[in-house]
Amino acid sequence: MYEWLFYIFAGLMLVSGFMVVANPFTRSPVASAMFLVVAIVSMAGLFVMLNAFFLAAVQVIVYAGAVVVMFLFVIMLLNPVERSRRRGWILGVVSALLAPAALVLLLLKAFYALDGGDIAETPVLEGGARELGELLFSAYVLPFEVVSVLLLAAIVGVVVLNKRETE
Amino acid sequence: MPAEVVDVVDRGNSKMSEELKFIVFSLMKVGAVAGVMMGMIAYVVLAERRVSAFIQGRLGPNRVGPLGVLQPLADAVKAFFKEDFVPAYTRKVYFWIAPALAMLPPLMAVAVIPFGSRLGGQKMVVADLNVGILYTFSVVSLAVYSIILAGYGSNSKYPFLGSVRGSAQVISYEIAMALSVIPVFMYTGDLNLSAVIGHQTGGIWNWFVFKAPISFIIFLVASFAEANRHPFDFPETENELVAGHNTEYSSIKFAMFFMGEYGNMIAGAAIMATLFFGGWTLPVFGLDKPAETLFVGILHILIFLAKVVVFVVLAIWVRWMWPRFRFDQLMDLGWRRLIPLALANILGTALLLWALN
Repeated sequence: MYEWLFYIFAGLMLVSGFMVVANPFTRSPVASAMFLVVAIVSMAGLFVMLNAFFLAAVQVIVYAGAVVVMFLFVIMLLNPVERSRRRGWILGVVSALLAPAALVLLLLKAFYALDGGDIAETPVLEGGARELGELLFSAYVLPFEVVSVLLLAAIVGVVVLNKRETE
Repeated sequence: MPAEVVDVVDRGNSKMSEELKFIVFSLMKVGAVAGVMMGMIAYVVLAERRVSAFIQGRLGPNRVGPLGVLQPLADAVKAFFKEDFVPAYTRKVYFWIAPALAMLPPLMAVAVIPFGSRLGGQKMVVADLNVGILYTFSVVSLAVYSIILAGYGSNSKYPFLGSVRGSAQVISYEIAMALSVIPVFMYTGDLNLSAVIGHQTGGIWNWFVFKAPISFIIFLVASFAEANRHPFDFPETENELVAGHNTEYSSIKFAMFFMGEYGNMIAGAAIMATLFFGGWTLPVFGLDKPAETLFVGILHILIFLAKVVVFVVLAIWVRWMWPRFRFDQLMDLGWRRLIPLALANILGTALLLWALN
């Protein structure tokens, strides 16, 4: 039964991920955003199956609960009309080819590194809040602080842009 | 059959029955919680109508059955048999999904809340997750989609304005809500809700409402805003937006938005009772230890329900005693008062715990 849950979540994620970028029924950006929510929630399901409960909960809170709501907010307020697809299409094609190629390379490397070894040997990790917090403040403290500075810079940037407009 | 094979088969069987037992008992608990929740929603609607009537010097619905106790039945029949009118200009898919999404989050959120100690060998909680409260927040954060989709799907002016307001409000107060409970978990050192209750046993002064009063006040205010309850019911301010996001809805679809609001109220009350008022425990007569007899087990469930009812009545009372805020006042309160206060509260608690150790 456990394997079936994996196939359900993974299938849902792939199908809704496809619907985000290439929905054959409608071009509405709201539909894309809603399928993105389905993809995110299915991904949280996969995290739960990996015992990463904290990651699953945070994934739903941050991405489904806040980020996509922001997307919808912007879509509904600005009502974007369909832009011309000509501009920057080379960049789009190049990145669309490069990203999957890099991913396939990474996966191939991982599969060859396996070399018939036993996968089940790896210990089951309980991805709780405590373990994650300890790692964030010990082994990964530098990347963690760099990311927070980046976010702070974004906040300051937004405030500066807003101030300029009102003056 | 060789002995080892019998052994393996036996173990397989007992594992199977263990799994079966888990599934059966979980289904029973899910059914019980969902049933009690739906029943409470029906009667909270009646309570709201009666309490509001008493506050305004009226009698309220008292004709169906003794003291009007069968009124929810009449309401349900009315909701189902009214004409379900769908305006032609709506976006059908979103228009249909939105009412269902309104009911889902409150029903899912109560899954991690311990509603009693134990009955027999079973813990009285549907899912005793070790990230308990984060699960609740993640489910509650999805409630905003019903408002957004109702506004977008209705495809008309007032629902749209209501849904834009609603989504801004819910995102803002989610931050204050999540920040407000952090001190509770700093005291407990665990995100599991059973552990939070265990930490509040042994004397009424161990209840977090006394240990972390600022957290409780911020959480109370934010929970009203999250449930779109008065004095923060901006998605449907009837004097400026007709009925906000549910203007175009009728019949059972409207009733589902209505039930979703009351479900949110009950879920919020249950979380408050668990986090700040000791959940199913009472600090007298040794009622703060897990039950050994059936009678005490049932008593624990009743204590928890009583605490929930107190907070639900508080929410109703506030609705009929307070004027509505203005939207900019709401944003000001959320971003410039509650969030800084919650951050200062976290820092203060951290300093206190550091000094005590």
